[in-house]
Amino acid sequence: MVFEYAPAPESASIVDIRPSYGLFVGGEFVDGHGEPFKTVNPADETALAEIARADAADVDRAVRAARTAFEKVWGPMPGAERAKYLYRIARLIQERARELAVLESIDNGKPIRESRDVDVPLVAAHFFYHAGWADKLEHAGFGPDPRPLGVAGQVIPWNFPLLMLAWKIAPALACGNTVVLKPAETTPLTALLFADICRQADLPPGVVNIVTGAGETGRALVEHDGVDKVAFTGSTAVGRGIARSVAGTRKRLTLELGGKAANIVYADAALDQAVEGIVNGIFFNQGHVCCAGSRLLVQEPVAEELVERLKTRMGTLRVGDPLDKNTDIGAINSAAQLARIGELARAGEDEGAERWSPPCELPGRGFWFAPTLFTGVAQSHRIAQEEIFGPVLSVLTFRTPEEAVAKANNTPYGLSAGIWTEKGSQILWTAQRLRAGVVWANTFNKFDPASPFGGYKESGFGREGGRHGLEGYLDA
Amino acid sequence: MPDATRLTVRKTYKLFIGGAFPRSESGRSYVVDDAKGGFLANASRASRKDVRDAVTAARKAFPGWSARTAYNRGQILYRVAEMLEGRRDQFVGELRDLGLGKAAAGTAVDGAVDRWVWYAGWADKLAAVAGSANPVAGPFFNFSTPEPTGTVGVIAPDDPLLGLVSVVAPAIVSGNTAVVVAAERAPLPAITLAEVLATSDLPGGVVNILTGSRAELAPWLASHMDVNALDLAGAAAEDVAALEEAAAGNLKRVLRPGAQDWARTPGTGRMTAFLETKTVWHPVGV
Amino acid sequence: MPMGDLRDAGGVSTETHTSAAELRAFLHGLPGVDRVGAAERADRLAGRSVKAAAKAEAIDLAISMVDLTTLEGADTAGKVRALCAKAARPDPSDASVPRVAAVCVYPDLAGVAVRALAGTGVAVASVATAFPSGRAPLEARLADTRAAVAAGATEIDMVIDRGAFLAGDYLKVFEDIAAVRDACGPAHLKVILETGELATLDNVRRASWLAMRAGADFIKTSTGKIPVAATLPVTLVMLEAVRDYRAATGRQVGVKPAGGIKTTKDAIRYLVLVNETAGPDWLSPARFRLGASSVLNDLLMQRRKLTTGVYSGPDYFTVD
Repeated sequence: MVFEYAPAPESASIVDIRPSYGLFVGGEFVDGHGEPFKTVNPADETALAEIARADAADVDRAVRAARTAFEKVWGPMPGAERAKYLYRIARLIQERARELAVLESIDNGKPIRESRDVDVPLVAAHFFYHAGWADKLEHAGFGPDPRPLGVAGQVIPWNFPLLMLAWKIAPALACGNTVVLKPAETTPLTALLFADICRQADLPPGVVNIVTGAGETGRALVEHDGVDKVAFTGSTAVGRGIARSVAGTRKRLTLELGGKAANIVYADAALDQAVEGIVNGIFFNQGHVCCAGSRLLVQEPVAEELVERLKTRMGTLRVGDPLDKNTDIGAINSAAQLARIGELARAGEDEGAERWSPPCELPGRGFWFAPTLFTGVAQSHRIAQEEIFGPVLSVLTFRTPEEAVAKANNTPYGLSAGIWTEKGSQILWTAQRLRAGVVWANTFNKFDPASPFGGYKESGFGREGGRHGLEGYLDA
Repeated sequence: MPDATRLTVRKTYKLFIGGAFPRSESGRSYVVDDAKGGFLANASRASRKDVRDAVTAARKAFPGWSARTAYNRGQILYRVAEMLEGRRDQFVGELRDLGLGKAAAGTAVDGAVDRWVWYAGWADKLAAVAGSANPVAGPFFNFSTPEPTGTVGVIAPDDPLLGLVSVVAPAIVSGNTAVVVAAERAPLPAITLAEVLATSDLPGGVVNILTGSRAELAPWLASHMDVNALDLAGAAAEDVAALEEAAAGNLKRVLRPGAQDWARTPGTGRMTAFLETKTVWHPVGV
Repeated sequence: MPMGDLRDAGGVSTETHTSAAELRAFLHGLPGVDRVGAAERADRLAGRSVKAAAKAEAIDLAISMVDLTTLEGADTAGKVRALCAKAARPDPSDASVPRVAAVCVYPDLAGVAVRALAGTGVAVASVATAFPSGRAPLEARLADTRAAVAAGATEIDMVIDRGAFLAGDYLKVFEDIAAVRDACGPAHLKVILETGELATLDNVRRASWLAMRAGADFIKTSTGKIPVAATLPVTLVMLEAVRDYRAATGRQVGVKPAGGIKTTKDAIRYLVLVNETAGPDWLSPARFRLGASSVLNDLLMQRRKLTTGVYSGPDYFTVD
């Protein structure tokens, strides 16, 4: 028999999207002075709302508001009081979790299962975790009296809009800094809803400021003289530009950039779980994940069998409506990203790798890309070198552990990696040699506020999460 | 007193690359004067190609050095202190040539010896202090360990011995390898220190020392794509922006110049600046 | 898969020659199972939302897969006859409700069930082999089996010797199963692994393969007589095993989770697990059973909610 699950859409009525949104500066929603832009639902290409664009003067006002709040309120406030604001925010996020999840899926295109079960719970956890640090910073190992840096200018990407906001804002605030945050142009809505949460929490005006816009707005923010700290998550190319722009200034910088993670499967791996880990590693969030396991390195004795199992498993992935609770793979976030994924996939074919996707019907409107597997990939292929940031997996093989490590490390990136083996000593041997900031052994794509995250080499520097994540926001 | 008729045998000051003492491939040298303007020696004037060779040597030494046990690295750093102590008089002499009084020179050499000892003791404690077991909300064991960043470019400060030791020791104690541009006007103690390093069981290539023009060499080091981090301790204020910008090419970790009271007991900052944090997850279950 | 040698057996379902060493090497050569990963996968599938027409179909399918079970010391002929009536006509007020797959009883009551179910199409399953502990001499267990078959049971649910399995005496377990297999004659053999006592998912996978190689037609999770009965991760691992076994040998073995399945939601979760792990070929009573009793009324109640649009109550469904 054929067991099709009927559509199971999460109700969108829980969110109330306004026709237009301003900037959140000094505790108020204010007009922006750039040309407003529209944010689009990537699942059907409808415009969701008109968003204010902050120009340089708007950014300046936001930075000044943050400075004032830092000097007058947030900086002098005892850590225990800051902590209570952050706890309050964490609770408000939990109270409004479903609303945030639905809005995130609408604006971003990610499956509701992920926004509901992964993104939003982690957001709340992040605030809860950092709240506890606010009055314990002298115990964090950065000296007896670590001080905040001042105003943090933060620029975040579109792949985990609210989660990246939490990764940025929670530690900054816990350490006593104030922030001006620029969400991604294509996914501003949950950040603006977060602004409303700040108001519900009675967070003092100016502690959190949200400026919306595109690259120009981000540049105005990171280059602003009044910013003491720049934190950026996004592409390595943009990160490099930011590193150049803060050269010679007093600004502190942390960067969380791209990746091309190797997911190494040894012949003795628990194959069924490895298959799940591979699928979770590359198809989670449509592959829009900087730490995605985009290069599968399989030991040759099991390569054929593993790929067969993987194909069978990929055949069960459900692509479609992000708000359907059974959807595994949602919409690609934007037309531009879809074009880039398509271009790299074509390059894979042109370079001679074998392309495969399960039969899967994609919706007529919106931005979609079927889960895709490339076999016969060599390290020299573009699809093994460049970050695709989409649901595209490149399969390479290896013979010995040394070869696996050599191939895994053979990239300018160094964000994450995966290891699958039932042999404990082999896990530790491999983990020690991988030049990557996060190593998932017999699991993949796990995140936790207590766990430091960040890369080696051109994947950036600084860590987010855990005790280590505080360092980027303290003058220790 | 030396025999008045005997001519002293002078030392040729060369570079220190990969455990050997080559001249600059460029064949160039420059005059190093003493404090009174008298001739001391011709130091090698390293070129960009010497930078290249030194980086190659540092990269080659990295896997082996970083794979040593922390205990072994600590022992070797302590051995450096022993060797340095044994050559105390020689260093005092070199520092006095540069104008330091007898007491000040002695204090500086003692400080340098003690600095090696201090850092030697850190080798097998750093991971305990900078690492952590992280209580994640799920059936996973999760731990973070510090690892060396890789190859570190060091623009050494003007302080010719204590300043030099104070930037080199923290870079290598965790397993990094270093390419050091010595103090430009006072490079001789750096090369003499190289002789100490060469006889201290420190594997060749872990520390490479170049003498010459900072302005000429630093940009090549800062822009080199196989250098992972940069210590700008000795960079001139007006050069910092350009060097940082060059370092952004491969997103080097950059330690900006800061307060430079080398006599003070250092904190952990110079070590942690060149560490990466690796976090490993593993499920817990039967 | 390391099972090419089995494919060469040419469709012979029961192996006749095997050695303790080979069996051990084979079972320990199977890929491991990571419990956290397996639980995560099961949990993910449990989150599938099955609505509307799909739910209606799933409910009817689940009803048709139920092995309606009574395994009490206090069982009587009357109790069994009442259960049989329920099995053949689960909802007296609605003839469109499918009958269940089988009634499962102790061997001494198999004959009662056979007579009560004559002509209904509902099969009679009997536990045997000194259920639930299995702690009886082989001869006694075989006699138990033969008696049930002689009484007309067409399905035998045997228990494995968990003690022997945990002690590593795989060959003994294998030979027990093979002997019971012989004693079954034409009856189908379901091999109960009692996964709650096997402790690890690695053991579940090994026991599954061991049972299949020894000739099981079905592998079943539990007796229902110990605190830990069927779970989704255990069933997931068993479904992976039957899937892989078919890929290796061509023979399709069924799976039966038993115990702890109480609600419609539970039942549908198992169906989703089947659908996305072993595949649609297992979505039939011939290949998948739910060992349960109380779940039936919940399925009926949910079914009526779907047909009438209003929530029903337990008083509207028979208790037998």
